[in-house]
Amino acid sequence: MKKPELLVTPKSLSHIKELIDAGADAFVIGEQKFGLRLAGEFSLEEVREATEMIHQAGKKVYVSCNALFHNDRIEALDEYLQELKKIGPDAILFGDPAVVMSVREFGIDIPLHWNPETTATNWFQVNYWGERGAKRTVLARELSLDEILEIKENSKYEIEVQVHGMTCIFQSKRKLLGNYFLYRGEVMEVENRKENKNMFLHDKERNNRYPIYEDMNGTHIFSPNDICLIDELSEFFEAGIDSLKIDGILQTEEYITTVTKLYRQAIDAYFDQGEDTYDEIKDDLYEQIRAIQPPLRPLDTGFIYKETVY
Amino acid sequence: MVLQLIQNENIRETVNGKRVITKKPELLAPAGSLEKLKVAVHYGADAVFIGGQEFGLRSNADNFTIEEMREGVEFAKKYGAVIYVTTNIYAHNENMAGLEEYLRAIADVGVKGIIVADPLIIETCKKVAPELEIHLSTQQSLTNWKAVKFWKSEGLDRVVLAREVGAEEIRLIKEKVDIEIETFIHGAMCIAYSGRCVLSNHMTARDSNRGGCCQSCRWDYDLYENVDGKEVPLFNEDDAPFAMSPKDLKLIESIPHMIELGIDSLKVEGRMKSIHYVATVISVYRKVIDSYCADPDNFKIKREWLEELDRCANRATASAFFEGEPSYKQQMFGFHAKKPEWDFAGFVLDYDEDTQMVTLQQRNYFKTGDTVEFFGPEINTFTMTVGEMWNEDNESIEVANHPLQIVKFKVEKPLHPFNMMRRRTKK
Repeated sequence: MKKPELLVTPKSLSHIKELIDAGADAFVIGEQKFGLRLAGEFSLEEVREATEMIHQAGKKVYVSCNALFHNDRIEALDEYLQELKKIGPDAILFGDPAVVMSVREFGIDIPLHWNPETTATNWFQVNYWGERGAKRTVLARELSLDEILEIKENSKYEIEVQVHGMTCIFQSKRKLLGNYFLYRGEVMEVENRKENKNMFLHDKERNNRYPIYEDMNGTHIFSPNDICLIDELSEFFEAGIDSLKIDGILQTEEYITTVTKLYRQAIDAYFDQGEDTYDEIKDDLYEQIRAIQPPLRPLDTGFIYKETVY
Repeated sequence: MVLQLIQNENIRETVNGKRVITKKPELLAPAGSLEKLKVAVHYGADAVFIGGQEFGLRSNADNFTIEEMREGVEFAKKYGAVIYVTTNIYAHNENMAGLEEYLRAIADVGVKGIIVADPLIIETCKKVAPELEIHLSTQQSLTNWKAVKFWKSEGLDRVVLAREVGAEEIRLIKEKVDIEIETFIHGAMCIAYSGRCVLSNHMTARDSNRGGCCQSCRWDYDLYENVDGKEVPLFNEDDAPFAMSPKDLKLIESIPHMIELGIDSLKVEGRMKSIHYVATVISVYRKVIDSYCADPDNFKIKREWLEELDRCANRATASAFFEGEPSYKQQMFGFHAKKPEWDFAGFVLDYDEDTQMVTLQQRNYFKTGDTVEFFGPEINTFTMTVGEMWNEDNESIEVANHPLQIVKFKVEKPLHPFNMMRRRTKK
């Protein structure tokens, strides 16, 4: 059995150093002009620096280009991809097939990862996008454990699963927060809160709190709970899931680093010492995460054991 | 903001010395049942999209059996109209079984094409039912010409653009890629990029991308700020709560613009809506498209068309992204529905010219003395007062209060089957 990759989302260059020490194997970076809902903003220059740093440590770096591009951003996308070709990250994340076309057009040989967020839901799609250049698929978060395992079994390409953190549940092109304040006649509020990432929507009936913010891609809404599967990893290990992702969006660097260390321990325990050792420590690892969980952010297991109807 | 209309010479010809538009876009109507399909076609739709019992969104719509699809196709054929079937779920593994047989059956009854989002269904269709056209669903949220080019290279016949794409973006897409373009012109819409919203999954465990959407974007929420773990409300007692409910799309005034852009198909949303809705909306857009194409230089939107459309509206309307970024005025805060001023009261089954008696099926309460309005493609809309009425057994009645009951009364102007009767609910 091979160890899965532990993939993290750094917030800054200095954070990357910490995460390398914490045991991360791979990093997703980029900027909001091209990538959706990144934990940190990395300019092209910083991507260059980060790639050097990460490669020196023998780790991998993926640059996110998974936005839904409108015509007016295609030219910038093409230039960006050609710059990335010079920098040489280990993969480019995409959701919009425009990226597939541009990569073909400019002969960019960096592998693609297909990450459309909500729509990667079956193994046929994994193979379809695989045949069109996607070496890996990042699965939708709304899948059950059985569905994930069946996808892995039938896929000819790598599978990445998010095991920790918040998940995006909604993206609108409209400026929904700004619109709300404008409706109330509060132009000042719009200006003051442009970069605010501490807002949430409260759903009284369910007593859920959904984080919400706006950026140049529109309005994003997130899950009310953080997924935490640190004590549920055995089946992913056995199935050979290729990459386990900790998404640190809207978390502090300190939190992301600690969580990364704990998942590192979980993976190493299982593969270096055996399943029994993992089983012995996993509850404690979970408790350690629970202890640092920010207020108003309960943990859950996402859709792994949830039944969805339609 | 009104964009300048640029005349498109590629869609014009001179006929009898007059410049007319010969490339008319298809008017595409929704239908959640066989009856709605027939009404849509009768009222002027060139094409109708329907859902089968599997693989489509809107799992709450009635949806068609294969036999009903066959009947729908036959009916449409008499009018020169065609049928598309929506198969636009994002499938999970468990939904994959039975797909080949289903697509084969759809093709065999004469459906023209499918509307699809998942490559699983695209590829399966190419393999087992190559005679079906494949249209990419708005669920793929196509927003740029390069992505459109990708789907063209995959052999698709048509793409439905994301609802977030505006007029100038469509112009460039049309310029860059030779593929049929379909866009929405009327009806309810998602506030999110379609396919990129799983609010419903998280709030009610109903999968929005497999037809289970609970429309939680239409609910109210309270907006707070998290300040060091403390919840600080960002609203006052008397403020309307946070809402993201969009007004319904209505692009009647942009139809000339859309025709000039060379858009191939104009789509009306609403498979869950009534036959009255379908009839009203389709008949109005039919008139707009035909009038503009017949004489583009002297075209004007008639007030009566706008008033007619309002008769079946249950939400405020807006133009969304077609003419620019929608502001807060295109969302609904603090209120949700408006009551239409007219009810759909009866569906005409027959008219006897000798006795001037109409036979109709009741669809909503009405009574002797009510002011009613008749409309339909064969007649000019007129208003009258209901006189004495009889039921199926020729017994005199004053009130029609049983759903679907047969009612007869005298109407001096001739009527035709499929004509509809509305009753004024507000003075």
